[in-house]
Parts: sequence; C-alpha cells; structure tokens
Amino acid sequence: MAAATPEDLEMLGDAGRAWVRERAPVSLLRRVREQHGDLGYDPEIYAEMAAMGWAGMLVPEAYGGHDFGFQGMGRLVEELGRTLTPSPLIASAVGAVSALLLVGSEAQKQQWLPRLASGASVGVLALDEGPHQRAEDLALTASRSGDGWRLNGLKRPVEAGMGADLLIVAARSDGAPGEARGLSLFLCDPAAPGVERHALSQIDSRAAAVVRFDQVALGPGQLLGEADAAQGVLEQILDRARAVVAAEMLGSMQEAFDRTTDYLKTRKQFGRLIGSFQALQHRAVGLAAEIELARSAVYGALAALDAGAEDVPLRVSVAKAVAGRTFNHVAREMIQMHGGIGMTEEHDAGLYLKRAHTADIFGGNVAYHRDRFGKMIGV
Amino acid sequence: MIGDLDTFRFEVRDWIEANFPPSLCGLAPLTNPTEATERHESPDYHQWVDAVGAKGWGVPTWPAEYGGAGLSAAHADVLAQEFSRADAFNPIAGLGVMMLGPTVLEFGTEEQKRRHLPPIARNRIRWCQGFSEPGAGSDLASLQTRCEDRGDHWLINGQKIWTSFAHISDWCFCLVRTDTTRKQGGITFVLIDMRTPGVEARPIKLINGASHFCELFLTDVETPKSETLGEVNGGWAVAKRLLQHERTGLSARKATLDLASLARDYVGLDAGGRLRDGDLRQRLLDHLVTDHAFGQTMARRTAMLELGAPNPPALSILKNLGSRVSQDRGDLAVEILGNRSFGWAGEDYSELELGVVHDWLYGKCFSIYGGSQEIQNNITAKQVLGLPDQ
Repeated sequence: MAAATPEDLEMLGDAGRAWVRERAPVSLLRRVREQHGDLGYDPEIYAEMAAMGWAGMLVPEAYGGHDFGFQGMGRLVEELGRTLTPSPLIASAVGAVSALLLVGSEAQKQQWLPRLASGASVGVLALDEGPHQRAEDLALTASRSGDGWRLNGLKRPVEAGMGADLLIVAARSDGAPGEARGLSLFLCDPAAPGVERHALSQIDSRAAAVVRFDQVALGPGQLLGEADAAQGVLEQILDRARAVVAAEMLGSMQEAFDRTTDYLKTRKQFGRLIGSFQALQHRAVGLAAEIELARSAVYGALAALDAGAEDVPLRVSVAKAVAGRTFNHVAREMIQMHGGIGMTEEHDAGLYLKRAHTADIFGGNVAYHRDRFGKMIGV
Repeated sequence: MIGDLDTFRFEVRDWIEANFPPSLCGLAPLTNPTEATERHESPDYHQWVDAVGAKGWGVPTWPAEYGGAGLSAAHADVLAQEFSRADAFNPIAGLGVMMLGPTVLEFGTEEQKRRHLPPIARNRIRWCQGFSEPGAGSDLASLQTRCEDRGDHWLINGQKIWTSFAHISDWCFCLVRTDTTRKQGGITFVLIDMRTPGVEARPIKLINGASHFCELFLTDVETPKSETLGEVNGGWAVAKRLLQHERTGLSARKATLDLASLARDYVGLDAGGRLRDGDLRQRLLDHLVTDHAFGQTMARRTAMLELGAPNPPALSILKNLGSRVSQDRGDLAVEILGNRSFGWAGEDYSELELGVVHDWLYGKCFSIYGGSQEIQNNITAKQVLGLPDQ
C-alpha cells in the first residue's frame, strides 16, 4: 500500500477539518439520533463522504479506490472523531474492505470493492456475540450443506449493521466454542431468507444491529478465504479496524480536551478564571501528556500498518489500550471540570463520555489489549 | 545533495574503520564519570576521544572555528548512523556538550566562543552547573549568591547545592545576584574556574548511599568580568535557554532494564504463560504499554524536529513523562525482586539485584531535579495550554 507523504496527510487533515466544520458538527449526531435513530447515520452524509473518495482510501486503484494507506485514513478519521461524526466509514471502508483485500477471491473483490469504495454499498463485520471480544468463544454455526453452507445463530452488536447490504460473518465451521480453530468467514446478503435484524438503541446513538441467522443458505462462492482457518486473518482484519478506531478516539479526546481547556479560560468563580487554579491546571497538564502518548501510539500503529511491519499486532494493542484509557479519562474530566452544565443533555460533554465507553469496547477494551500485549511479550 | 551525503558516508565509514579501536565495540560513552568501567579508562578510549575530538565530530554541527565540523543536520545524521553501524559511539559527552556549549554559541562573545567551545569539543574540560541554592530550589529566581562589582572583576559569595560533579569539574556555569532590587532582572550568568581560591565542593550522600551531587561554597571568589555570559542582570534569559537544553537531555532517558524478563525470572509464569502474580502483571503491563508509547513519543518528537513540523510534544511534558516512566520502572523492579531487593551490599545479592535497588532509590530524584514535576506542570499550563495566571 502506498504510504502518504507528510504533505498528503496535512492536506487530508485540512480537507477533513473543513468538511467536518461545515457538514458534520456535533449537531449532526443529535440530528441522526432524532431522524435516523434506526440507522445510526445519515445516508446522505455518508454519500457525501464517499463522493470525496473517503470510502476508497484503502482500496487499490484497480478496484476503484485511491490506495492512500492507513495513515491517510487515520488522519481523516481523526477529524471525524472530533465531532463524533456517525458514519459506517470504519465498518465498511476499513473492516469489510480489509477482509476482502486480505482473503477475498478475485471474483469477490471485483464484485464488492468498487461498490464499497464508491459508497454504493455498505459492508460490515458481523463478529461479536457475547459481552466481550473473544473470537474463540464464537458459537454461530456454519454447517456444510450440499456444496454450500447453512448459518445458524445470533450476532450482536453489529456496528453499522442496519445500513449494510453486505455482512461479513465470522462463523464456527468446526470445533467447539472455546477453541481458536474452526472459524470461517462468509459473505452474506442481509436480505437473504432467514436473516432478520433490528436496531439496538445505544448510548452513542450509532444503532448497531442484532442480526439473527436461521437456516441461512449460502453458496460455495460466499466462503471468504479458507474454511476453518479464519482465526489469523480475523485478527489482521480487526487490527486494521482497531488502529483506525483508535485514530477516531484520538480526534474525539483531543476535541474533548480542547473544549475543556477553553472552558477553564472563560468560566469565572470566586472572581477569577477557574483555569488559574493550580489544582485544575495540573490535572489539565496530566491529560495533555496522556494525549501526547495516545497520539504517538496511534500514529505508530498506522505507520506500522502502512509499512507492513512485523510488530503491527503489538503496536495496535498499545494504541488501542492507550487510546481507550485516555479517551475515557479525558471524557470524565470533561464532565467534572464543566461541573453541573457538563451533566446536562444540552451540553456535548455527555456525548463524548458515551462514545469513549463504546469505542473502548469495540475491538477489545483496555484490559483485552493489555493482556494481548502481555502475551506477545511473554508475561 | 544526495551524492554529497553518500560521499560523506563512505568517508566516515573508512575513517571509523581506520580509527575506532575494536576493543570499544558496543560501549556507551562515559556521561557519568562515577560509572567509568575499565574500558572507559583504557588508552584505547582516550585515543578514540582524541581522534573524534580532532575531527570536530563530537559536536558535528558546531562551526569548525569553535572545534566542531560545521556539518549540516543531514550530515550529522549520517555520522550518527555510521557510528551506530560500526557499533561505535560519540565519546564527546557531558554538560559542556549538552547544555553550556549550545548556550555559549547563542549568547557568547566571539572571544568567549573561541576560549570555551574548543575544549568542550575535545572533551578537555568538565563543566558543572551552579544554579540551585539551599533557599532557591523550585523558586530558582530567588537565588541569593552575591556578586559585587570590583572594577575589573566580580567578587562572589554564596552557596550552591545539587551541583553535579562539582568535586571533579574544571569549570562551573553559575547564576549569581548582581541586583538585589529586582528578582529575575537582577541575575547574571557567570563562568567560574573551579581552581579559583575560595571555591570548595563537598559531595552529598543520598538515600542510595552515593551521589554525584555536591554542595558548592563560594567565598570571596574573584572572577574576571570577561567571563559574564550575556548581559549583566540578563542572566535569567540565558538560564532559561540553557534549561531547555537540560530538559532535552533529561527526557531522553532510556530503559536499560528488561522488566518482562526480570519478572519471568523472579516471579515465574503460570501454565497459561502469564505472570503468576495477576495483580503485579496488570500493573506491569500498564507500565510497559505506557513505556512503549513514551518511546514512540520521543521518536515522534525527533522526526517532527527534523521535518520542522509545528507543535512537537513540549519538553516540559516529556520531562515529567520520562521521570514517571523511569520511576515506575524502578518501583516495579523492586516489587518483582521481592526480598532480593533488600540488599544494600555484599556477596549474598547479585550485581543485578544491588544495581536495581540503588537505581530505584536514586531514581526518586528524577522528578525533583532539572525543575521539579510541579514546576514542569506550571510551565506546561502557562506556556503550552495558555491557562491564565489569575
């Protein structure tokens, strides 16, 4: 994948920032909650994003994309994160695209990548089942049937699942829950007989889906990659999505922090600006330092992905762990330092706290990645 | 330009091959004189210091007339890469190179540059820093060491403290008070020859049983006025610049201890391959994740400086992160060692165990010296975040 130059990245950041200011302020999230509660995003807004080429950032030119790399995608998503912009961009243009790029057949890539890159289709990963990310515990079954397969089971939550016209389903084709082996990936049409879905009402207003599979019949061409051997590739797909979500979290925590320091510079109590109190100053400085660490870890993971480095899993776990820890910390301090106004529905602070929580848990939370990092370094 | 760099690279490579004593392979330069090993005291080491010093490659970007080599940053990078490639190192180190030299380059007169910089470039003179006083720690500008105008020279009286290596240094850069009516505006930056009558240094013993810190007594010390760096009563601005160089050096502290391997040895793994103490494991991993992100932050800062990118991570933030990471490493290391961390001396403890304990104790000063953690936070709040004074 072509790595973007620092100038490219700056350009992308500027373009993203300008568009977000104009088209996707935090009020967009509030509007989506009112008007698109069952979808979790505004399809017209996603069409605009796709029209600017953003859904094709990771797609090679041969399939209608720009092949711009993870650092480019990260810079863009960072800007979207600043205003908590709801969209299926990460689910589709990172998650689904990565699955197809990593293990898709030529026919599967031809069929789907141009549509995902143009935004004509939305693809999503249907992975999680239980309350925690543990791929080895997956129980949704794929049983052989003729030359094809039948899916039975339940997926929740499926990020951006209500707007998807392509589900990439992780299923157990062999072995028992608890075993890492025996997993396969499938391409599934959500309109196929036996697939049923409804929206979850979520704190972050993103309306992930519950998707039920009841004797869903799939042809042999719908197997994505090798049967019974998806565990490794699943981690690769997830690492890509995790790194980009961490970039989104970076943008969100930076915005939450900037708004908080702005408040410290304007709010007066006891006849002085509260930002002049050393107790608050030192807490703000602590947050600034944590954000520097998160920024470095996120950029390091994205650069490692672009370079195809061997230590991608390690760097992604560091990035996701530091981003999760820091975004949650910043969001809590945002509310505390704003005082009562920060607790109100009218103020945006609560929106950042809610997203900090769901983004941390997506793709494995702080504890998950700390443990994964520990296994990688042998402790 | 690229061709020029390539030519230079091969020139450096040949020169290192011809001049670097193989006996010094893999050695680190001697920055702390109390940590000298046999190899640091060998004739080969001195020969290497002289050879690099003569080329001006210890301070490659300084102008040649002041003992440097007048190289561009890109050429200096090539030089560093070639040292590293040959498992060699730059032996020109210490406070002179790190702090005083860049400050003299910025504030010194032509005569001062010609007098003081070449000996630093050749590692001939060891410098120490006379800033803190018993009554002026975090509030450095309240320093009281008196400096009186006696016509052609200054007469200096006072006491300094925490002066690293004062007892074995040749010169001291010192902050003194030339005007008692103004605080910051009454401070002057002077350079003092440690052989001057009235200069006395006494080492201070710290909680780890040793230290390179000293008390420095200045009694009727006469110093030529030509050793004033910057304007009279303008020393505070000079000191602030110099302290930035200090923070650059302090935050660059590197991990030398592999905690993961220490934990495997002293705590052990369970059947699942995890550390047997789950509580310790969680805290250890939290630290190692932070340490990893800190390493990437230092690398990001370096890359941004090379590119001239705006807003690299602030030094006042990095200094605190660096000391926190180092102190956490020490705290975890003694916890990992268990009762093997009780050792003060003797054969019953391994060299590694004793080293871990003494480093842990000494490390408590990281968040105090060079501007305490709290002072760094004040600097960040005002200068980086722009938070108000009142």
